[in-house]
Amino acid sequence: MCKHFFRGLRSALTLALMLVVVPAGAQTSEQTLKEIERYRAALADGNPAELWEARGEDLWKQARGPRMVALDKCDLGLGAGIVNGAYAVLPKYFADADRVMDLESRLVYCMVNLQGFTAEQAKKDPFGGPNKKSDIEALVAFVTAASRGMKMNVTASHPKEQEYYELGKKMFFHRGGPHDFSCANCHGADNQRIRLQDLPNLLKQPAAQSAYTSWPAYRVSQGELRSFQWRLFDCFRQQRFPELIFTSDASVALTMFLAKNANGGVLSAPSIKR
Amino acid sequence: MKVRAGFVHSMGLMLIGGLVISGCAAVAEQNDSAKNAAKDAATTRAAFAMMQASFKARGQASVDRLNQDETQQLCSQYQDNPPKEIREKIEALNQKLTLFPADGVLLGDWKEGEKIAQSGVGKQFTDNPENAAGGNCYACHQLTKAEVSYGNIGPSLYNFGKVRAYAPEIAKYAYGKIYNAEAYSACSNMPRFGHSNILTPQQIKHVVALLMDPESPVNK
Ligand code: HEC
Ligand code: HEC
Repeated sequence: MCKHFFRGLRSALTLALMLVVVPAGAQTSEQTLKEIERYRAALADGNPAELWEARGEDLWKQARGPRMVALDKCDLGLGAGIVNGAYAVLPKYFADADRVMDLESRLVYCMVNLQGFTAEQAKKDPFGGPNKKSDIEALVAFVTAASRGMKMNVTASHPKEQEYYELGKKMFFHRGGPHDFSCANCHGADNQRIRLQDLPNLLKQPAAQSAYTSWPAYRVSQGELRSFQWRLFDCFRQQRFPELIFTSDASVALTMFLAKNANGGVLSAPSIKR
Repeated sequence: MKVRAGFVHSMGLMLIGGLVISGCAAVAEQNDSAKNAAKDAATTRAAFAMMQASFKARGQASVDRLNQDETQQLCSQYQDNPPKEIREKIEALNQKLTLFPADGVLLGDWKEGEKIAQSGVGKQFTDNPENAAGGNCYACHQLTKAEVSYGNIGPSLYNFGKVRAYAPEIAKYAYGKIYNAEAYSACSNMPRFGHSNILTPQQIKHVVALLMDPESPVNK
């Protein structure tokens, strides 16, 4: 009952936020209204991301893998088993792995090192689709939901973290492929649009904050919850680049760059999007 | 006299000293900027190596798409905002890479051009390489009054021919710009549709007609 009320309240808040964010260009209003209608329908029952969050919580707590253990010893950066607030400080350097890791990389690490899965098994379905569910996306939903309302606080103080930030920045400006695109061409200036879609300036607050903090997100158009790894994968596709390898070093470096640019922003993820 | 000589002497010393000090500062500064440039170049190389290990070929998108030609490399290095001499260098080298149709015909069929301007498919690893790519001009430009779903990365091209004049040199400019945008403004956000084989010369002619034909809805 109470949970339902809060759900409703949160949905109403999300909708109100979206109404504020949507630009009210005269010609765009019809399309905007249609999109809002779709959001409204999806929101009537709360954000469907909650289904992924619930499945992720089960996956986190269940004894799984060849070693039949739960993930409750997994250290996401704040200590073994601590989920609350963990997403707000990622990516970060982990001494045990001697690597900078984002949330997805760290989950894979725990599935391999605690539960005994092979890396291939852990990364088998990075993104869900019509006929397959992604465990990683569910875990991502669960973990990020536990940082909702908190401020992004990526310190990037370790030399490796600083290095990843600088490498990610280079990648952001790396033009290539048949269209000469880099992230900066679509996300390096204020108030740009492709067709009617707003393109946040990922180099400047507050746009960089509101963009990053709203991922992962439930995509109404896809009926799927999408992780930040997916967001990067799909923007590289639109950039006409080859396929970004899931949890690759470049994906983590770029995430480090974007996450730090979003510091101070309040996490609203998993949110709901077009 | 003595005092004076001493004064001149010490002035001279101060002057020389000043020159030496400022000379040292300049050298130190040069060393600093050389160091920074070397560090920046090393970061660029490390980022590229990391990218090469982080992508895999899929569909038509092979990993060599990460490689950069000189234009892409310079624009990345200067974050799309190069100094004047680099800007001129990029434009000059792309002017050499801009080819105009041998038959001198620049205008095709604007109706075909409209289809090409609407289509955003092509060159993604999810696209079928057998199908012709689009130009996706509406993604970045307003073109006609009828199409209200247009982006704003580029300027409005509505009434392009009508305002610029229906003249051969304007058609030539439009063709060249679409063929190789970097020849006209370095580090443009606009793809080099002809140079990079996104559109064929025939497709570019159709799009030029969309901009330049008095009957095209762009000019209505
Ligand atoms: C050709 C243009 C283009 C390029 C290049 C591009 N993006 Fe995007 N990006 C988009 C579009 C369009 C959207 C909105 C997509 C949607 O809603 O489906 C978007 C959305 C995003 C978002 C989510 C914003 C939000 O508020 O939800 C992030 C983050 C992002 N892009 C990052 C990147 C990064 C990093 C790169 C470089 C690897 C990149 N993009 C390259 C077009 C582009
Ligand atoms: C990714 C965005 C993008 C796409 C796609 C794009 N353009 Fe552009 N275009 C730009 C930008 C940015 C400029 C302005 C900067 C410059 O001159 O390069 C521009 C400039 C132009 C100009 C010069 C305008 C003037 O005032 O002189 C023409 C003509 C043009 N584009 C035509 C086209 C056509 C035709 C297409 C489709 C085949 C197209 N563009 C696709 C971004 C784009």
